[in-house]
Amino acid sequence: MSGLEVRGLSVALFTRAGVLPALSGVSLRVPPGRTLALVGESGCGKSMTALAIMRLLPEPPARIVAGQVMLDGVDLAALPERRMLAVRGKAVSMIFQDPMSSLNPVATVGEQIVEVLRRHEGLGGRAARQRAVELLELVGIPDAAARLDEYPHRLSGGMCQRVMIAIAIACRPALLVADEPTTALDVTVQAQILELLQRLQAETGMALLLITHDLGVVAEMADEVAVMYAGRIVEQGPVDAVFDAPLHPYTRGLIGATPSGGTAGRHARLADIPGSVPGLAELPAGCAFAPRCPLAFGACGAQPALLAQAPGHVVACFAAEGVPADAAAAGA
Amino acid sequence: MLRLLRRRLLQGVPLILGVIVMNFLLIQAAPGSFLDVMSAESQVSDPALLEQLRITYGMDQPVWLQLLKYIWSVARLDFGFSYRQNMAVLDVIMASLPATLVLMLASLAIALLLGVAAGVVAAVKVNTVWDNLLSFLAVLFFAAPSFWLGIMLTVLFAVKLGWVPVGGMMSITATNEGTLATVLDVLHHLALPAMALGLFYAAVYARVMRATMLEVLSLDFIRTARAKGLGRWRVVLAHGLRNALLPIVTLFGLQFGTVLGGSIVVETVFSWPGLGSLMLDSVSSRNYPVVLGVLVFSSIVVILVNIAVDLAYLRLDPRIRAR
Repeated sequence: MSGLEVRGLSVALFTRAGVLPALSGVSLRVPPGRTLALVGESGCGKSMTALAIMRLLPEPPARIVAGQVMLDGVDLAALPERRMLAVRGKAVSMIFQDPMSSLNPVATVGEQIVEVLRRHEGLGGRAARQRAVELLELVGIPDAAARLDEYPHRLSGGMCQRVMIAIAIACRPALLVADEPTTALDVTVQAQILELLQRLQAETGMALLLITHDLGVVAEMADEVAVMYAGRIVEQGPVDAVFDAPLHPYTRGLIGATPSGGTAGRHARLADIPGSVPGLAELPAGCAFAPRCPLAFGACGAQPALLAQAPGHVVACFAAEGVPADAAAAGA
Repeated sequence: MLRLLRRRLLQGVPLILGVIVMNFLLIQAAPGSFLDVMSAESQVSDPALLEQLRITYGMDQPVWLQLLKYIWSVARLDFGFSYRQNMAVLDVIMASLPATLVLMLASLAIALLLGVAAGVVAAVKVNTVWDNLLSFLAVLFFAAPSFWLGIMLTVLFAVKLGWVPVGGMMSITATNEGTLATVLDVLHHLALPAMALGLFYAAVYARVMRATMLEVLSLDFIRTARAKGLGRWRVVLAHGLRNALLPIVTLFGLQFGTVLGGSIVVETVFSWPGLGSLMLDSVSSRNYPVVLGVLVFSSIVVILVNIAVDLAYLRLDPRIRAR
């Protein structure tokens, strides 16, 4: 298939304390024109997955130890770095959480856009500048030609993220990885940036891997959602199915911990998930969530497999196995 | 930009005044005067003649008046008269200046090129053999006094290997053999003193560059540059180096003065006919107009260089320009 397909991706951290499993058997599919949201608490491996796909892991200590990252039939995980250079910024692009610090403070916006055009499209001089202006207009920056010679510190966070997006889509990538693209922005600006991403996706048909811990953003943007916990995907499926009938106790906990916008929930206490994510060095033998799980029982001492409970809806939980979706929802 | 230049130049005036007053008073406080040296050398002991000389050189007047007169003459770029060379002090300085400038520029070029390159390589190859080797060399050259390093370099390259001359600035015959031959001859003589003076500063730059570069390379925009598909060295040089250069520029300005001072030792070791040799010679002959002149003159140079550094900052960092 085309688009992104990650199969059994495992990343390990090679530290003095030993080899720590940062990602274990992560599998994802993002078809062209679709959006997959990757959610989970801090440290669950969302960004690690994104960096592994980009082959931008901090090496050492991190290294891909197993799995494939197929993009339009090519396994990025197996490409030599020299060939990966031609992929990054062209077929796969990435935008980051903090747009202000993601741009080089001593180079103009124009220089930073032109750089990627020169690298991948062989554009130079006036043609590159012209294309840069078009890109800035495309991402909704007013007075684009004048902005080209501005330095990043003169722009707001939202504007910087638009510039980052312009750089990312400059070569019409097949996949855009967006790592918490709106977390550092004001709420009103968040909506604008998400809308921009949706519009660009509709225009270019790129696959979008959206990393976020904001379930509201997931509901707004994504077709599918994958929930990660301690370096594994614990539940994955269409957004509606997962949100309406979460099967994994962790997913239920995440949804329960999200404030609802309506008035009904205003005085309700938010549910929290007791405990915290275990460090990579002290992962329990079986299901990593078991120590915090209200439903944990004897079987949880083993690692549950991701099994389909409904078409396209998979979960890795012994307690959820064989439980009809509606019963699980009632238990939430 | 022009406003900054004007402000900095105005700030420089009281600074130079302070330098003049301090040095003038220090020299007044030092024992002996050039009249003692002069009279001893020329075997003069006639009190009337000595008194006549004191009046000629204005030394019969009170110190504060001498000081005011000196400041006034410096303001008109008159640094006094050197009895020894029988020339105006400014002319004496100007005659020695080119040699020192050549030595300083060569040392600073060595320091910048070697130091920045070593720092960048050490940062990119952090915690490898290369990093360790470069860090070891940096500590070595940082710790070695320049006179010792100068002597060691002389022993190895001039005495044992005979690749370069032991000292001096040019061969006696060089001026007869055309411009190119003269330049080559000076470069030949320049190699050792420039190394002796430059390696210390190269070590300082290397340490600072390594630390700054490591910090810069961990910043978010470096990840962005990599995500664009730029090669490792392109990321380091186009995005890292430009951000990491700022502390080096500051250091350059600050060290310009110490390089000038350091050249006194190195010039002496290599008998390089520059301001350093002039200074040492003038101190031992109590030729205070020249000593004072060199001090004031180099202070002015250092202040001007630091103003230039401030202006360079404006070019390098757009965030400062905005303020």
